[in-house]
Amino acid sequence: MELVPVLARWLHFLAGIMWIGLLYYFNFVQVPALKAAAADNTAAGITRHVAPRALLYFRWSAVVTWLAGAALLGSNFVSAFTLQKGYAGIGLGAWLGTIMLFNVWALIWPNQQKILGLKPATDEEKNKARRVALLASRTNMALSIPMLFFMAGGLTHKAAFGL
Amino acid sequence: MKNPLDSIWGTIISGLVVTAILYYVVKSVLM
Repeated sequence: MELVPVLARWLHFLAGIMWIGLLYYFNFVQVPALKAAAADNTAAGITRHVAPRALLYFRWSAVVTWLAGAALLGSNFVSAFTLQKGYAGIGLGAWLGTIMLFNVWALIWPNQQKILGLKPATDEEKNKARRVALLASRTNMALSIPMLFFMAGGLTHKAAFGL
Repeated sequence: MKNPLDSIWGTIISGLVVTAILYYVVKSVLM
């Protein structure tokens, strides 16, 4: 048994569960909780103590997931990303994961820094940042559905595509 | 028109629709 693919798959799953788990936490729990907390002025506990920690694990687990996935693809990396015959399923999953990683680092994290006061921003900039961060997070939640479908099919996708 | 990503259910339904579209693209064009 080759050691690298075994360890890469294990790490890919561990980090992926943390990444997507925190993504679902943000969308299913934190966003509605902040809305309720804003109504009775108790949001500070979440924004000061919970959100920064959740975002720390969220953005770095995304990186680890991607790197472990790339290691797992190994010599199939180019075939997957160029959607070669037989690799289109896993390749599409890999592309969706890559788009999601981009959203985390280019849209969600920079805007969350403004929202949480980790980076200086005016009220107007904060409002805009809230909208962009929410839409990027929701986009990732929507993309996680096809991403997991194509990832879960594995490299051959024999079961899903009747091959 | 309301943005479907503004609600959790709109987001989930959007994800399922994208899954179905990509499944057929992969099955009929790329496989």
